[in-house]
Amino acid sequence: MNIIMDSTTAIVQIKGIRDGLLATFADSAWEDQRGALMDQITERSAFFQGARLAMDVGTQVLKVNDLVELRDWLSERNITLWAVVSESPTTESTAQLLGLATRISKPRPEEARHVLETIPDDTALFVAKTVRSGTRIEYPGHVVVFGDVNPGAEIIADGNVIVWGRVRGVIHAGAKGNREAFICALDLSANQVRIAGETSAMLKPQKDPRPEVASINKEGKLQAELWHPGDNTPRK
Amino acid sequence: MTAQVFTVTSGKGGVGKTTAVANLATALAMDGKRVVCIDGDIGLRNLDVVMGLENRIVYDIVDVIEGRCKLKQAMIRDKHYPEMHLIPAAQTRDKNAVSPSDMVRICNDLKPDADFIIIDSPAGIERGFRNAIAAADRVLVVTNPEVSAVRDADRVVGILEAEEKSNPALIINRLNPALVKNNDMLSAEDVLDLLGIRLIGIVPEDETVIIGSNRGTPIVTDVKSRAGMAFRNIAKRLQGDDVPFMDLAPQSGLWNAIQRLAGRK
Repeated sequence: MNIIMDSTTAIVQIKGIRDGLLATFADSAWEDQRGALMDQITERSAFFQGARLAMDVGTQVLKVNDLVELRDWLSERNITLWAVVSESPTTESTAQLLGLATRISKPRPEEARHVLETIPDDTALFVAKTVRSGTRIEYPGHVVVFGDVNPGAEIIADGNVIVWGRVRGVIHAGAKGNREAFICALDLSANQVRIAGETSAMLKPQKDPRPEVASINKEGKLQAELWHPGDNTPRK
Repeated sequence: MTAQVFTVTSGKGGVGKTTAVANLATALAMDGKRVVCIDGDIGLRNLDVVMGLENRIVYDIVDVIEGRCKLKQAMIRDKHYPEMHLIPAAQTRDKNAVSPSDMVRICNDLKPDADFIIIDSPAGIERGFRNAIAAADRVLVVTNPEVSAVRDADRVVGILEAEEKSNPALIINRLNPALVKNNDMLSAEDVLDLLGIRLIGIVPEDETVIIGSNRGTPIVTDVKSRAGMAFRNIAKRLQGDDVPFMDLAPQSGLWNAIQRLAGRK
């Protein structure tokens, strides 16, 4: 019994963090890591009751099915899996697809500034599908969406936001205060768009939508203008 | 042949999921298919009422899962269509009594002896919803032409995409052509435009649907009902038939008046 305990505790380490519990794993196959975690939880079920669990799975490549299975198993035991941290891009996108966090806590102010500096000005996140209600995309650079932004969806970017599609959700460009940021969309009929600290008035849906660009004008007001060919004046 | 599993879901409550399940199942049974309906709304069961089978319930789905009865014992045979069965939800338990793997297991046990399995999902996007979609081969999303219902449907479609339950189909329920014409209701085009998924049927608003639900006789058995016709067409499409969409333009003048007099409008 003791030997089994030892081998499972060697594979999985559980510690308390600010946002609940964090499970970290030693290098091993996912089946073993998962098994070790399940053993730990079964053995100390009272301790885990109602817990918020985050996992750091290192370089492990996990597919949707792997995480869904574990999440369901955990939720049956009243444990909420809320974050999966990984160095593998596949696992990270799996976690994002399932609406799990991929970072454990918000970086402290100094760290936040550091992150901002290390992201070059022209880095963009490319989203190749419609952003649906309930989805929130936050990115410290630009965001490009190839699809619509539906009502109830939010996009918050420190840089510019470009949408090849219709915007009917909330968009905030220059979220860290960049007043030079702009928002372009093929159809900008959002209830509200924001750039830096400015908020647009209601943008009326148009019968015959035309591409528009929203930016802060010389008077310091946020305005949306129709785009015309040859309009692309260099922006900072 | 193995059964296809359809889950009917919506996000928002009260848009007509249970009514759609009862009507589609009955329509499939009318076409001679072997159908099993599963009420996935544990704790708030009502599919049995809509199908008129309430007083025949002995065992429910939780009894099956917890091994108190065999699967066959919990299957209630329909009054009119002996090839149609209902597995009722438990009224006295909550959704945690069922897990997604339980649903998959039950569906796998049912598959050899059925053509269609239709699961009625609870409202919301929580555990009960995840149970209901776990076993689905296809998901049918029901919505009303209302902004709030469409937004919830959009959220559900987003979750389905994330769970790799691909290719959901849309049922727009309770469309009122007269209101759409006066721009007082979202049109089917508006809804489709936003959700961007495949349309499998539009069901017109029809008060006889509610009467049918209360009597435990799904409206689909009424050959004169337009809503019943719409459900029969959807059932045909589920079987892979290419059925043209009904013309829902508001009928005017004399014909409309006659229909109203006949109590069908």
